[in-house]
Amino acid sequence: MPINYYIFLSLALFAIGIVGVLTRRNAIIIFMCIELMLNAVNLLLVAFSKMHHLQLSGSNAVAGSEGQLFVFFIMVVAAAEVSVGLAIIVMLYRNVHSVDVNFLNRLKH
Amino acid sequence: MENVLQIVYWIPLLPLIGFLINGLGRNYLSKGLTSIIGSGTILAAFAMSIWVFLHVKEGGGYVAHYFDFISVGKLVIPFEFKVDELSSLFLLIITGVGFLIHLYSTAYMHEEKPAHFARYFSYLNLFVFSMLLLVMGANFVIMFIGWEGVGLCSYLLIGYWFKNQEYNKAANKAFIMNRIGDLAFLIAIFWIISKLNTVSYDEVFTAASLAKFSATDLTAITLLLFVGATGKSAQIPLYTWLPDAMAGPTPVSALIHAATMVTAGIYMIARSNLLYSMAPFTMNLVAIIGLATALLAATIAMKQNDIKKVLAYSTVSQLGFMFLALGTGAYVAAVFHVMTHAFFKALLFLGSGSVIHAMGGDQDIRNMGGLSGKLKITFITFLIGCIAIAGIPPFSGFFSKDAILLSAYIKSPIFYGIALFTALLTAFYMFRLFFVSFTGTFRGTEEQKHHLHESPWAMTLPLIILAVLSIIGGFVGVPEVISHGGDKLTAFLSPVIPVHEGHEVSASTEYMLMGLSTGLVLVMIIAAWFIYRKYSAKENTGLAKVLEHKWYVDEFYEAIIVKPLHKLGGFLNNVIERSVVDGLVNGVGKAVNYGSRQLRLLQSGQVGSYVLLMVLSMVLIFVLQFFLRK
Repeated sequence: MPINYYIFLSLALFAIGIVGVLTRRNAIIIFMCIELMLNAVNLLLVAFSKMHHLQLSGSNAVAGSEGQLFVFFIMVVAAAEVSVGLAIIVMLYRNVHSVDVNFLNRLKH
Repeated sequence: MENVLQIVYWIPLLPLIGFLINGLGRNYLSKGLTSIIGSGTILAAFAMSIWVFLHVKEGGGYVAHYFDFISVGKLVIPFEFKVDELSSLFLLIITGVGFLIHLYSTAYMHEEKPAHFARYFSYLNLFVFSMLLLVMGANFVIMFIGWEGVGLCSYLLIGYWFKNQEYNKAANKAFIMNRIGDLAFLIAIFWIISKLNTVSYDEVFTAASLAKFSATDLTAITLLLFVGATGKSAQIPLYTWLPDAMAGPTPVSALIHAATMVTAGIYMIARSNLLYSMAPFTMNLVAIIGLATALLAATIAMKQNDIKKVLAYSTVSQLGFMFLALGTGAYVAAVFHVMTHAFFKALLFLGSGSVIHAMGGDQDIRNMGGLSGKLKITFITFLIGCIAIAGIPPFSGFFSKDAILLSAYIKSPIFYGIALFTALLTAFYMFRLFFVSFTGTFRGTEEQKHHLHESPWAMTLPLIILAVLSIIGGFVGVPEVISHGGDKLTAFLSPVIPVHEGHEVSASTEYMLMGLSTGLVLVMIIAAWFIYRKYSAKENTGLAKVLEHKWYVDEFYEAIIVKPLHKLGGFLNNVIERSVVDGLVNGVGKAVNYGSRQLRLLQSGQVGSYVLLMVLSMVLIFVLQFFLRK
C-alpha cells in the first residue's frame, strides 16, 4: 500500500484527537483523545519504519528499526501517563464529584 | 647625581598636610594648635621657598619629575614641578604674603568657634596649596589643577559665613564667573594637545618658536588662555565677582583677591609670553581690555562707600594695569607690579581689616573718620600703603607703575594718556578713602567710639612687615636711567622672559614721564585732601550715582544674561522636564502596567483555552514556516 494512505489516516486520527481535546469537557474523553493523538503518531512511525525497511533492506538489515523502537517508548510513556492521569481524575471526582475540566480552574487563584 | 631641587614637592605638600590635619581634626584641635599648624606649615614652606629661590638664583631652573599623571596613547602628561626664576619668585610672594595673612588671621578670626576656626585655616592652607600647585606645575594640566583648586577655595572662603544667604550668592557668583573662564582655558589646553600631543611648557614653547603653530592656532590659543585669565584675574567682562567676593573674611580678601589668586592670570600669560609675543592681535586685545578694566574699575572706586569695596575695585583696576603691561609686551613690568601690588594691597586689606575689627564689623567709611588717633599703627601703615599704590617715589608702587606707564607710552601715547589718567584716579580714590576714614571727626555711634582700639600684635606685625616691604619692594626694579644695573628683576627673569631690545626712549623722556606722573599724583592727593578732609555724607546725584551703582553693570548682566537664563531654565523645567522627560518615564511605567493588566486575562484557568491557544500557536508556526521557507 502507498505510504499516502497511512499518512492521511494518521492525520485524520490526529485531527479527531485535537478536536476532541478542544471541544469535549469530560476529562475521560479528553484523555482518550490524547491517547488517540499518540496512537496516530505511533501509526505514522510504524508506517515510515516499514517503508524505510523495504527501501534499504538490501544494504542494511536493521534499517527503519528506530521508528519501531520509538513506538515502544511512546507506549511505555503513555501507559505511565495514563496511570497518573486516571489517578488524578479519580481524585478529582472524589473532591468535586465531577470530571468536567471547566471546574478545574482553581489553580488560577 | 639627583638635583637637590627634587625635594621641592615639600613646598606644596606642607600646606596640604596642614589642610588635612586642620580639616580632619577641626572638632578636636584647640584654636592655638590650629593656628600653629596652619601658620607653621606656611612658614616652613616660605623658608623652603627662600632656599629654592637662592638655589635658582645660583644655578638656574630645574624640572622635577615625579610620575606620569596621565598616559593615554601617545599623550603623556607627567606630574612635574618646574622651579625657575618666574615660579620661584611667585613662590616667595605666595608663601611670604600668605604666611603674614595666616598670622594676621589667628587674631582676626579669634572670635570664631574652634571648629569653624579650624575650618577657616584648613581652607586657607588648601588655598595656598592650590596656588603653589598652579605656579609650580611644569605643564598646563598641572597648572589647571591648581587653577581649579584656587577657584574652589575662593568659593569656600567667600562663603565661609555660609549662614548668610547673600554671602553664599557672592560665593556662587565667584565660582560661576571663574568657571566660564576655566572653560576657555580648558579648550585652549585641548587645542594645544590636539596640535602637539604635549602640554609641557618647555615642549610647547619650543614647538611654538619652531613655528609648529599656524597663526590662527596661536591667536586662538592665546585668546582662549586670555579668556581664562579674565575670569581668574577679574577683567572685563568677568570682573564683577571680585568686588562681591568681599563677603569673605577680610584676611581672605587680602589673600585671594590681592596677593595670590587674581595674579594667576598674570602668571599664566607671563609664563606663556613666548606664545603671546607671536600673536599680536591677542596682545592688542589684552592691552585694550586691561586698560578698559583699569579705567572702569577706577571710576567705580571713586564713589564706593564700603572700605573693602573701594579696595576691591582698586584691585581690579591694578590688575587692569598688569594686563596693560602684558599686552604691551612688558611682561617683567607686569610681574613686578604683581609683586609690589601683593605687598601694598595685602597691607591695605589687612589695614582695612584692622579698621573693621576696631569698628566692630562696620565697613562703611561714612561712619568712620578720625581713626588716626586711636589706631596709630594701622593709620601709619595704611598711609604707607596708600602712598605706595598712588605711586610716589621711592615707594614700591612708583617703580612698577612707572614701568607699565613707560611701556604703554612706547606702545601708543593714547594708551599712556588713559593709563596716566587711571593712575591719577587711583591716587584720588585711595586718598579719598584714607582721608574719609582716618581724618576729620568720628561719625559712628557712641558705642563704636568707645570700642575703638588698636589691634593685637598678631595683626599689627604683618602690617608693619608689609609696610616695610611696600616701601622697599620697588628697589629690585629701579629703571636703568636712574641707576645702571638697578633693574635686577629684568635680569633675574631674563631666562624665562627674554629681554627685547629696541623701543628705547631717551633718558630725558623717561625722566619727564616720571616727573609728570609724580607731579600729577601729588596734585590729586592734595585735591583729595581739600575735598575730603571734612567729609560729610550726602546723597549722590548724576554721574556720581551711576558710579556708586558701578555703572549698573551688575544690573545689565542680570538683564541680558541671568534673566534669560532663568527664563530658559523655567521653560526647560516646566515643559521639557515635566511633559517630555517625566512623560516618557511615567509613560513606560503606565504602559507596562496596562499591558500586564491585559495579559493577565489570558490566565483564565480554563484548560481548554490553554490547549486551544497552544494548538493555534502551533498551527501559526507551521503556516509561517511554510510561507517563509524559500
